[in-house]
Amino acid sequence: MNNSMIIGQYVPAESVIHKMDPRSKIAIIFFFVLIVFFANSVMSYGLLTVFGVTAAASSKVPLRFIMKGLTPVWFLIIFTFLLHLIVTKEGDVLYNLLGWKIYEEGVVQGAAISLRFFLLILVTSLLTLTTTPIEITDAIEELLGPLKKIRFPVHELALMMSISLRFIPTLMQETEKISKAQASRGVDFRTGSFKDRLKAIVPLLVPLFVSAFKRAEELAMAMEARGYRGGEGRTKLRELKVGKVDFMIYALFLLVVIGLFLTRS
Amino acid sequence: MDITFDQVSYVYQPGSPFEHRALQDISFSIQSGSFVAIIGHTGSGKSTLLQHLNGLMQPTSGRVSVGPYDMEAGKKNKRLRELREKVGVVFQYPEHQLFEETVSKDIAFGPENFGVEEQEIQTRITEAVRATGLSEELLERSPFDLSGGQMRRVAISGVLAMNPEVLVLDEPTAGLDPSGQREIMDMFHNLHKEKQLTTVLVTHSMEDALKYADHIIILNNGEMYREGTPLEIFKQKEALEAVQLDVPEVIEFLAKVEEKMNIRLPYEGQSVAELAKDLARMVKGGRDLE
Amino acid sequence: MSHFPGNSQLSRGGEELEKNQIEFRNVSFRYHDEAPWVLRDVSFKIDADEWVAIIGHNGSGKSTIAKLMNGLLFPQEGEILVSGQKVEPDTIWDVRKQVGMVFQNPDNQFVGTTVRDDVAFGMENHGMPRELMVERIRESLQAVSMTDYERQEPHRLSGGQKQRVAIASVLAVSPKYIILDEATAMLDPKGRKEIMQTIRDVQGARNLSLITITHDLQEVTQADRVIVMNNGEVWMEGTPRDIFSEKDRLIDIGLDTPFISKLADELMNAGLTISREPLNHQELLEELWTLHSTK
Repeated sequence: MNNSMIIGQYVPAESVIHKMDPRSKIAIIFFFVLIVFFANSVMSYGLLTVFGVTAAASSKVPLRFIMKGLTPVWFLIIFTFLLHLIVTKEGDVLYNLLGWKIYEEGVVQGAAISLRFFLLILVTSLLTLTTTPIEITDAIEELLGPLKKIRFPVHELALMMSISLRFIPTLMQETEKISKAQASRGVDFRTGSFKDRLKAIVPLLVPLFVSAFKRAEELAMAMEARGYRGGEGRTKLRELKVGKVDFMIYALFLLVVIGLFLTRS
Repeated sequence: MDITFDQVSYVYQPGSPFEHRALQDISFSIQSGSFVAIIGHTGSGKSTLLQHLNGLMQPTSGRVSVGPYDMEAGKKNKRLRELREKVGVVFQYPEHQLFEETVSKDIAFGPENFGVEEQEIQTRITEAVRATGLSEELLERSPFDLSGGQMRRVAISGVLAMNPEVLVLDEPTAGLDPSGQREIMDMFHNLHKEKQLTTVLVTHSMEDALKYADHIIILNNGEMYREGTPLEIFKQKEALEAVQLDVPEVIEFLAKVEEKMNIRLPYEGQSVAELAKDLARMVKGGRDLE
Repeated sequence: MSHFPGNSQLSRGGEELEKNQIEFRNVSFRYHDEAPWVLRDVSFKIDADEWVAIIGHNGSGKSTIAKLMNGLLFPQEGEILVSGQKVEPDTIWDVRKQVGMVFQNPDNQFVGTTVRDDVAFGMENHGMPRELMVERIRESLQAVSMTDYERQEPHRLSGGQKQRVAIASVLAVSPKYIILDEATAMLDPKGRKEIMQTIRDVQGARNLSLITITHDLQEVTQADRVIVMNNGEVWMEGTPRDIFSEKDRLIDIGLDTPFISKLADELMNAGLTISREPLNHQELLEELWTLHSTK
């Protein structure tokens, strides 16, 4: 009945960012994370901010979803800013509050670091907001492909991820079901001391594990029956394609990178 | 215990885009000691209704009372524990709730939670396994070493050991083979009579509803669709077909006999042998068969 | 039902036939050396285009038969031939392409994150080219009437729908034999009807042997032939009509018979002459009609 759950943060929409190949997205984010640390002037920060905000805007993901992704890190951003404000003692004193001096350099550095943080989180959360978990899995499998040569189990890892994604809703339903059954037998999950609550978890966890193992066993058998024997000789239905959109965005990103190095001080 | 639903509605995730009205203005009452079957398709609201019976869910509007316990929309019920002790629920595939090291510990789990004394628990365990037909030799075994059918009986014993006055059964025979199904249902029916329980059975099986229930409630899309004795309900073939429910095979066959041969033999709970006798006589046009 | 080892080599016609058969020759199986035998000296054949139902109470060895058929298990004694090929570790990949299986639990066999991914899974394993997969996905979803759900996630489907997807997944690899191992046991009546309808459609449209392992008597009456298992042995083999005329013996081994069959028996006890074991309402009604009009 509870079909409403959305796995991860994916927000479906028709946008340039959604259309991009997930590998392109991951690659660009990777390089973006790198170059953010090269920014050191107002102009270069400005450029990166424009890029980040434009990307967010063109994703057509409603602002509140983006903000929701940022909630857990707001604290960190503000904390970093304050830390710099307190620790840095260079430059002119801007303000003197009851003997606590705020230096210009503190404000500048604090703002810069916080902005960096903000940009990093914004851009990386765009990945999960515009890409389904399964697309991310496919992309990771492709990107890690070369590691197969050194016997790194890339295919197995990707399969594991996709099966986990597939079974998350099933296990959530199961958890709900078992906790209701145990509540009917007098377990109280909500009140009592910490120790009591910890004890109440056992009747929930044991059945969950038992059933997860049983599922795994049956699934393995079903997979074998359907001819599964590892990644060798396997073809794939899901295919990743780098298209026009991707090349346009590569070009744009390249411009940003060049711009960044030109505007560095 | 008497059970009353008074204009009960239940809404999942109200106010969200996923808002879903699972029960709509449901009213009925069940007399203490009766055996009630609740019928309806998957998604008709049966399991939502069932969860109101022991306070796992609270009505969004309206009122549920089970014996002296009331659950009203927006009000907190402080006697939830007592209620849950009095109302035993056997969920679908109840063997999935087993977790203890031994069968006897698992059966004792419910009564222990409700603070029943150790000695009393031992008596109840013995009684419960006797009722469900489990051998006492299994008591010290791990429930996970048992067969599927035995595990189901252990889980049911665990509910019975709470000594409930109301027994709620959510498709208790799902996944069992025919003889297992018959044994479990007969067992519940015996317990119902012996202990004068109030039994609420959620089922897909019209045959079981006909055989065991003395009152039937049909839900459709969260609303009360029909209510009555099995014979009243199953007379209404068209009404049942309209919501894609079957009538029990015996009634369906007798209806076909009437249609084809104009022989009217109303079903009143006769056994197959009794029916056959009447039918044979009528087919032969009352001629003596001996 | 005994078979002579040399029997199949008699004629070329026999060999042709064998190409589309599953054959169990004196198969015995147990899980390990000390465990009791799950199957004892089991022999039978399943022909091309045939629908065979295997029944028996829980623990009678029915499901083991299914797992032996596509090499999920191997027998200690005897041999199993699928299209003339012996099932052994070297041949299982080939065998599994020919023998499709649908299991009991709708959730625990749904591998893909969406319907189309799941249908593709088997084809991917067999290394089929992508274009062919896309075509087969369309075809097989059509065959089970699930076309509209191609991009749907499994937790949004009912049990019956998931099982239809499982059937589509099997069809996509175009097997010669499909085994349904209690595939309807966990479904509600509506889901059960859906699956039975799907199976009938599919078997009618394609040349397939169908093996249904079941408790559902309704399912049994529709099969061409029934194999009754009891305590690991083939207890009886015959048409549904033959089988259900042995009511008392079936009940002895923990099985049931359909209502209509019980009623026919009681009618005979009450002095009517029922000329043949009825399998459905229609058949018994006709018998009664004949008796009624000739009174």
